[in-house]
Amino acid sequence: MKKLSRRNFLETTAAGIAAAAVPVETGAQPTPTNQGTGPTGPRTTLELVVNSRRHRLDVEDRCTLAELLRDHLHLTGTKIGCDRGECGACTVLLDGLPIYACSYLGVWADGRSVETVEGLASPRGLHPLQESFIEHDAPQCGFCTSGQLMSAKALLTVNPQPSAQQVREALTGNLCRCSNYNQYVAAVVATGRSARLGPGEDIA
Amino acid sequence: MKAFTNVNPRTLEDAVSALTRSRASGARAVVSGGGSDLLGLIKERLVQPDIVVNLKTVAGLSNVRADARATTIGGLITLDALSREAHIRRDYQGLAEAAASVGTPQIRNVGTLAGNVCQRPWCWYLRNGYACYKNGGDRCFASSGENQYHAIFSQGPSYIVHPSDTAPALVALDARFRVVGPRGERLVNASEFFVLPRVDPARENVLQDDEILAEIVLPPAVSSRRSTYAKILDREAWTHALVSAAVVLDMDGDVCRRARIVLGGVAPVPWDRPRAAGLLEGQRVTPELAAAVAEAAVSDARPLAKNGYKVPLTRGLVGRTVLALARQ
Ligand SMILES: Cc1cc2nc3c(=O)[nH]c(=O)nc-3n(C[C@H](O)[C@H](O)[C@H](O)COP(=O)(O)OP(=O)(O)OC[C@H]3O[C@@H](n4cnc5c(N)ncnc54)[C@H](O)[C@@H]3O)c2cc1C
Ligand code: FES
Ligand code: FES
Repeated sequence: MKKLSRRNFLETTAAGIAAAAVPVETGAQPTPTNQGTGPTGPRTTLELVVNSRRHRLDVEDRCTLAELLRDHLHLTGTKIGCDRGECGACTVLLDGLPIYACSYLGVWADGRSVETVEGLASPRGLHPLQESFIEHDAPQCGFCTSGQLMSAKALLTVNPQPSAQQVREALTGNLCRCSNYNQYVAAVVATGRSARLGPGEDIA
Repeated sequence: MKAFTNVNPRTLEDAVSALTRSRASGARAVVSGGGSDLLGLIKERLVQPDIVVNLKTVAGLSNVRADARATTIGGLITLDALSREAHIRRDYQGLAEAAASVGTPQIRNVGTLAGNVCQRPWCWYLRNGYACYKNGGDRCFASSGENQYHAIFSQGPSYIVHPSDTAPALVALDARFRVVGPRGERLVNASEFFVLPRVDPARENVLQDDEILAEIVLPPAVSSRRSTYAKILDREAWTHALVSAAVVLDMDGDVCRRARIVLGGVAPVPWDRPRAAGLLEGQRVTPELAAAVAEAAVSDARPLAKNGYKVPLTRGLVGRTVLALARQ
């Protein structure tokens, strides 16, 4: 059941371009807006891979990974809820493991690989988890959704067919203010089950 | 966040000299493990560093080595890696359980063992910037204020509870901490690492500002020894213990030869209960004995106005944890 909306068309096209080309991006960066009005602090030039694309960036040392992604790379799919490691909206994968991007410095990700919600879809369409989230009406307001997706992605990578209890444990660090937990768990369990279909078979 | 410079030392010596050099130049320097506590402290302006020394780039500090004399754990190992380490799960189960009980997967993927042990208390007065002992002030607001999460064992002057889940397990397992500083290194017993507020109300441990907790050294595995860590929370996950218990038993058949019970969430340091544990030695562990041990573990508790519930909670936890471990 794949509906093509203008929005996911644009997103998948952008992801396709990103996956095809791996040049180092050094384009001009906007001045971050959320770091106060004072003079800028010490900066570092770093290189990291985000969603298979290599970037070289100059950021303030105090810039969190969430701010780096949002303010410098315009990857605003990573949300900032609490900015304190207490909600999970900012969850991204660092070398494959889920972390809170609000509670990690951008400079600490130098030389490492980051995956955000923007990296999930491919030119062929949405990621099976995204399809399943839609089918299960998992997102309500959607603010926690990208974080839930990234935690679920990390789980399915090591445990392709998790039980509901294993999904609950893996999603422990992702609050949903709309409290749609049961739909999120069902969506992840269903994605795992459908993964039993052979490669090439349609997951949705 | 306040602006600061991040430095990436390659060795412990570089890390220590980064600390001493910054201090000598009048700069405020702090070390960071995973940063899951530190960045919050900086955002709240409770810590205002000019330099952050990022220990994650120090080589060789995140693995586990074992030989006949000791098992040595690098202080920078993440809690997730520690909780999955086969050797730790088999021989120091209580430590693996403690590490696995911390926060959430995201916190365990970055939070380090040393950072877990050295995290600052989570008392709400401290974290909200009140000028209490822990913030350089001269009083404890919790002693007569909102103290439902505070200590039931403390002679003051501060009533914080030590927040670390791994600390009670490390004390119960007779760990030693390798501390490295500008004057060389020292090995400190876990039971002497943590300091009471009456010794120094501003600190939770013996570390000086220019010292780093580098490694944790555990005594070699003993086949008769078993350990566990049990934690009670006010919700199912993602928070510190209301009360917790690390229990270590040396068993000879169904007779206990030696026992150690160390509590978390009840005192400003991991709270060793040698008298209660002593009741187990040379005995078969029956439900009646476990109940007597549990009673002894809390008999000298002095709860504050709003945390009396922690006394029966601790009693129940100790009794059932001791019994379950003896029968394991
Ligand atoms: C929402 C939330 C829930 C949490 N739940 C729990 C929980 O259930 N149980 C629990 O135990 N903790 C919990 N924590 C606290 C903390 O995040 C973890 O304990 C974590 O393990 C800290 O490790 P870190 O490496 O990230 O520490 P950091 O933030 O890097 O450091 C913490 C402190 O220790 C100092 N430090 C770090 N490493 C060293 C070293 N090697 N030598 C000397 N000093 C050092 C730092 O300067 C800092 O003051 C929670 C935190 C949050 C935000
Ligand atoms: S924004 Fe990072 S955990 Fe809430
Ligand atoms: S869908 Fe609204 S917070 Fe989860």
